[in-house]
Amino acid sequence: MIEIQDLGKWYGSVQVLKGCTTHVDKGEVVVVCGPSGSGKSTLIKCVNGLEPFQRGSILVNGVSVGAVGTDLPSLRARIGMVFQSFELFPHLSVLGNLTLAQRKVLGRNATEASARARALLDRVGLAAHAEKYPGQLSGGQQQRVAIARALAMDPVAMLFDEPTSALDPEMINEVLDVMTALAQDGMTMICVTHEMGFARRVAHRVVFMDQGEILEDRPSADFFGAPETDRARAFLSRILHH
Amino acid sequence: MQVWSWPGFFGYLGNTYLLGGAITTLWLTAISITAGLALGFALAMMRLSRNRAIAAPAFFYIWLFRGTPVLVQLIVIYTGLPQLGIRLSVVQSALLGLSLNEAAYLAEIVRAGILAVPAGQVNAARALGMRGPQVMRHVVLPQALRIIVPPLGNSVNGLLKTTSITSVISMEELLRRTQILIQQKFMVLELFAVAALYYLAMTTAWDFVQRRIERRFGRAYATAAAEVNHR
Repeated sequence: MIEIQDLGKWYGSVQVLKGCTTHVDKGEVVVVCGPSGSGKSTLIKCVNGLEPFQRGSILVNGVSVGAVGTDLPSLRARIGMVFQSFELFPHLSVLGNLTLAQRKVLGRNATEASARARALLDRVGLAAHAEKYPGQLSGGQQQRVAIARALAMDPVAMLFDEPTSALDPEMINEVLDVMTALAQDGMTMICVTHEMGFARRVAHRVVFMDQGEILEDRPSADFFGAPETDRARAFLSRILHH
Repeated sequence: MQVWSWPGFFGYLGNTYLLGGAITTLWLTAISITAGLALGFALAMMRLSRNRAIAAPAFFYIWLFRGTPVLVQLIVIYTGLPQLGIRLSVVQSALLGLSLNEAAYLAEIVRAGILAVPAGQVNAARALGMRGPQVMRHVVLPQALRIIVPPLGNSVNGLLKTTSITSVISMEELLRRTQILIQQKFMVLELFAVAALYYLAMTTAWDFVQRRIERRFGRAYATAAAEVNHR
């Protein structure tokens, strides 16, 4: 479903992605991990064209993200994305956050959009908060709203960019639970995360990155059982034993 | 020269001729701020463009109109342009001069408001499939507006008083009418005191309006702000 081929990206003369190649099949959950600055977030932002890239190609359902003629907005409408800092629209209520793009991008009418929104809020356990504003919610609640907002577009795949990194520890699990349920429902997901417990339990594959390169791309049991590279071993020992 | 006359002062307090001048001041302000905001918004969008050919003219306009006195601009429009064959009435000149000048300042206020909206908000809107104009209209501008309202209100307050400058091209607003009455009645201090009270009444009324507008745009943030204050 998502094919990343020999991806190269530069910020000026600094190369931040070096020949990254991987793929995600339909219904597959892939966790991308690695030290900070390794290019994980940049990689998934290339998948929906939020970040341009200079070399290689990305195909999403056969559509080439980097091609000149590609209508990126309509491609993005089919790929959900969840950000580290939630990025809910603070001037809109929770319901407004969930219905805006449904109405403006998908052309759904208000009744249809809010019915879909309320069903999804119920699914993430926030049905009672529909009329509140983002500023009135906790971080964990905001991130669950953000997930529901992305799901409201009925995406074919979801991208998570460190969805729990900005959360207080007691709120991490409520977000991971929603993501786990989503994965079990068969959603295609790419998750940049440091939550190795989640990766072990939920991910089919783990992609390990360092300094802009994909060093390992293996089934998660193999990755956690016996990392092949020294850098992955060092990363895991740093992140698991503290 | 006579001493201060209370009957004179109170006599002119409800003078319809002066009240008419104050009403002119109000619509001069209202039209100029509206036209100035529309033009200022366009200028702000131009200045934010990455295309130099679009940004440069806006930059030049703002530089020119903020760098010269509005008094000079008005005189050039009213008495200078006829030399080029462009003859505008007093009212046209006053409205044009005030609007063009105001636009330069409002452009910077609007630009600052737009720039204050975090880039992450734009990314989130784009990630949902929204197109450039939709992102601007539904995500960036509503948030920018909340930031724009306080300095914009300040501009309205300033403009209520700046309209008095149009008296130099004989626009019959509050100051001009006050001066005309003074020439007839010689009650300088009494009439200026009445005019000052009118200006105060208008700016004070605007303060109330502005506070209501700010509260309306701050609604979504009210509880969040209360929580922050609470900590």
